[in-house]
Amino acid sequence: MSTVAPPLLEVRGATVRFGVESALADVGFRLRQGEVHSLMGENGAGKSTLIKAITGALRLDAGEILLEGREMRFSSPADAQAVGISTVYQEIDLLPNLTVAENISLGREPRRWGVIDHRAMRARAESALAALDLDVDPASVLSSHPLAVQQLVAIARAVSTDVKVLVLDEPTSSLDADEVAELFRVIRDLKAQGVAIVFVSHFLDQVYEICDRVTVLRGGRLVGEYGTRELLRIDLVEKMLGAAGEALAPLGLREVAPTAEGPSVISARGLASGDRLREADLDIAEGEVIGVAGLLGSGRSELARALTGIDRPTAGDVLLDGEPVRLDTPREAIRSRVAYSSENRRTEGVIGDLSVLDNITLALQAQQGIFHRIGTARRRELALSWVEALHIRPSDIDRPVSTLSGGNQQKVLLARLLALSPRLIVLDEPTRGIDVGAKAEIQRLVGELSDNGLSIVYISAELDEVLRVAHLVAVMRDGVLAQIVPAAHLTSDALLALVAKPDSADSGDRG
Amino acid sequence: MVTLTEDRRSAASPTGSYRRFLSRHISWVPVFAAVAILVVMIAGAMWYFPNFQLNRILSSILLDNAYLLVLAVGMTFVILTGGIDLSVGAVMAFTGILCAKMLGDGVPVAVAIPAMVLIGAAIGLLIGVLVQFFDVQPFIASLVGMFLARGLAFVVSLESIKVENEGLLWLQSTRFSFAGWYITPTGIIALLTVAIAAFVLRYTRFGRTVYAVGGNEQSARLMGLPVVRAKLSVYVISGVCAGLAGIVLTAYSGAGYPLNGVGTELDTIAAVVIGGTLLTGGSGFVIGSMIGVFVYGLIRTIISFSGAEQSWTRITVGALLLLFVVVQRVIVSRSALSR
Repeated sequence: MSTVAPPLLEVRGATVRFGVESALADVGFRLRQGEVHSLMGENGAGKSTLIKAITGALRLDAGEILLEGREMRFSSPADAQAVGISTVYQEIDLLPNLTVAENISLGREPRRWGVIDHRAMRARAESALAALDLDVDPASVLSSHPLAVQQLVAIARAVSTDVKVLVLDEPTSSLDADEVAELFRVIRDLKAQGVAIVFVSHFLDQVYEICDRVTVLRGGRLVGEYGTRELLRIDLVEKMLGAAGEALAPLGLREVAPTAEGPSVISARGLASGDRLREADLDIAEGEVIGVAGLLGSGRSELARALTGIDRPTAGDVLLDGEPVRLDTPREAIRSRVAYSSENRRTEGVIGDLSVLDNITLALQAQQGIFHRIGTARRRELALSWVEALHIRPSDIDRPVSTLSGGNQQKVLLARLLALSPRLIVLDEPTRGIDVGAKAEIQRLVGELSDNGLSIVYISAELDEVLRVAHLVAVMRDGVLAQIVPAAHLTSDALLALVAKPDSADSGDRG
Repeated sequence: MVTLTEDRRSAASPTGSYRRFLSRHISWVPVFAAVAILVVMIAGAMWYFPNFQLNRILSSILLDNAYLLVLAVGMTFVILTGGIDLSVGAVMAFTGILCAKMLGDGVPVAVAIPAMVLIGAAIGLLIGVLVQFFDVQPFIASLVGMFLARGLAFVVSLESIKVENEGLLWLQSTRFSFAGWYITPTGIIALLTVAIAAFVLRYTRFGRTVYAVGGNEQSARLMGLPVVRAKLSVYVISGVCAGLAGIVLTAYSGAGYPLNGVGTELDTIAAVVIGGTLLTGGSGFVIGSMIGVFVYGLIRTIISFSGAEQSWTRITVGALLLLFVVVQRVIVSRSALSR
């Protein structure tokens, strides 16, 4: 797009204060028609605050927002929607109990003689879904669909209005490669129609693939606005972190050695659970990091949950130090020093209303039971030491965890599990939705823990990440643990091929 | 065309059309269950009791439980948003006795009836304000309303007040008969309430907002829906229905009585739950609540037919309620698993 075109949406001098802290300080942002613009920055940099201001969920303490040159004052998200600013949030904010058609038209239902016209509503939904080439029954209830489909319905909803600015907040975090390609096709179509798109994502690859321009925030301030074609990735990361881009450097060659050492801490044979996990054989030695890679739905999380007692396996054996065990419940798993960190940080991980202190000491206290209360001083000491060790910010342990950024919440969860001194820890998508800096910290942590003898199973959809942290990679395909390969000399392309490749026994199609 | 569902291959799942039906109408399943229970009960009673005439029995159930039906409609709105209203029994008693007093003092019926509805609305609004703006749990807020209304009922009178007013009594004494079925104006009022409520919930934006709030209030708010208005309105509606029920009950019993309706709120909630409305909100229909009221009324009738103690009614209703809550739990957890 021509750089002389006037901006469609402009933010000037935006300032938001929460008490003494400034979430945003004098930030500017410019968005042009037909442009895909990414907003980048670490968590806590002010991205979501800026987005909330643009979409009407938050009022600016100072500064102005101009749409097509006119100043806007939004008192609610409805005001922003009314002028053509639509948002699709990371946590899908649709109503699971309503149908797809109702969700798409919610708040703007077509009416005939004052009454909702259900047929017209279905027709509108059909055309909105067809525009995105989605095979979804408009009359079906939303909760009957998997999360990835729900997200695409959310996007269909956003584009079914006369949208001028479309804000996509981490839209690809639950989508697989096919779905992401679909989404990008839609984004390009919208771009051609002159819609301006704000694309917030942690996936640098995707940002570089689809976005024209990038605005970088750091610590609530504007660092700058750049074209993606002019900015090297390493420079972008540097601007986000404010330090040399050490985040992207390799963590140090992962030696293959640990597999030769010692007996397995945990072994699984023929493990199966429910529909999704059909067969898995696994051996993990002390200090070994096993990465688990596979497509969405390949059984990665189910493997994690079956291994750690969250789900009861329907078949197979698990052996701990050579002895068969039945890890039927999380309690038993913890007693055997096997810990699990769920991919659903919000619903199965941290307890938002409780403080950092309580969250960290929770599992340990639960393990000790109700009659052996850990003294307050000891608890505080424990929590503070973990906060320091994992660089949890802010370091106030009495704050409710819900006020922390995603990355720090994940660290709190990790601290809680590590406080149990486990021998095996299973991390399911620990860095999802977390900025580059925090990601690197967590990956480094994994390396340190493994050096100290902790065995780790690391599940991630990002193949790069899996290759960087793991000694061995377990490739999941269609519920079967197909192969285990050393990570040392594997490239992410090669791994992708393994993950996607059907065996000669499968049909030609991808799963 | 991108196919997004990965589990089309599951051999154990039911056929495509059954699945499609389920994915479209999952909220109706508990209602169908209620209808099934009703049908089974009727069939059983007709077989067991020789003089069980369906048209007479159903008509008399409506006659005896018209007040409960009106209450159930109001309660459905509240429960759909995930709230609860414990005040309805007391408000019904209060408006009932106040109406009787006003009529006894010579106030014309055409003034008394709207006044009762307005008073019910006012108490409902009070509860709604407590819930919405003071962040009080609906349970507690409606308990406040209940004590207030009950106290006010006693302020009006400590004893029952007989109603002599022709206008009001006409509502109950007139019967329109047709082929063995009969209905009173109170029954018509009750059925009209159901019809209007069903229409509002399905065909108005307000109705969609009510379901949305029950599904996920935060999402509804973020989508710009008028959540505050909806939450206040459902309590007002419940209050209006309680006022209306007071009039119906007073017409039915021919008198106002300050101790009416003790425990009625629980019968109402039971009827709504049996009728397939989930207590967690977001799912349910007023038609279902109507079925629930008929189930309740039928249980009472069958028990009196069999000559057993009336207290068995409560026990049976309790058992049915337990059954339904369990069924609801199974449905909810299964639909969550299917993701």
